[in-house]
Amino acid sequence: METKLIYFAWVRERIGKPEERVTLPDGVRTAGELLAFLRTRGDGYEAALQRPEVIRVAVDQEHVAHDAPIAGAREIALFPPMTGG
Amino acid sequence: MTAHVRPTVRIQAEDFDAAAEIARLSAGRKDIGAIVTFSGLCRDEGGRLAALELEHYPGMAEAEISRIAGEATTRWPLTGLTVIHRFGRIEPGANIVLVVTASTHREAAFEAASFLMDYLKSRAPFWKKEHLSDGGEGGWVEVRTSDDKATARWKTP
Repeated sequence: METKLIYFAWVRERIGKPEERVTLPDGVRTAGELLAFLRTRGDGYEAALQRPEVIRVAVDQEHVAHDAPIAGAREIALFPPMTGG
Repeated sequence: MTAHVRPTVRIQAEDFDAAAEIARLSAGRKDIGAIVTFSGLCRDEGGRLAALELEHYPGMAEAEISRIAGEATTRWPLTGLTVIHRFGRIEPGANIVLVVTASTHREAAFEAASFLMDYLKSRAPFWKKEHLSDGGEGGWVEVRTSDDKATARWKTP
């Protein structure tokens, strides 16, 4: 099954696209495992995700921790720490 | 316990008018004793900045601010609450964010406004990119650790 991935701010710039649809391997069960998987997809991903601990993840538009399961997610967003307000 | 007030949350490119939002919140009401407003503006950092570009996550921005606003209405006895956050290119001197809290007494209105701003800064999906006065691109604004500390003080044990 394909999952929609969305990127924001410098994560988007380094990966080089705002969103994409990706078929996730069976071994990718958590947000943290997703980050590790994406790092293997090329230099842009590696540049964006080289410090995975600072990357924030939202599943279906809600913040989640890196150990949160992502099974059944329609939309997963990756972005840097937020600077609004 | 009366029902919690339903917050007004708007995510928009357009400017807002704080006085008009206060009037909208208090029109026809006789139970409000205190209204606190916080306006966040774009500053020029001593002339270095030409503008900020605010990127946001459409859909989640509304959802997350609504969640934060909803929590504020359960923690304080608010009788009115409006949150407006702008996105897009914003120049020094212009508005970025508005929080208006209304309550019977001032303590709840002050505290809820402060809570909302701390949480908006650390949890609302917005990112600021700098555009410099010399025409260059200044990069993405970094998180200030003081903002994280400010948020942490609201954590309930």
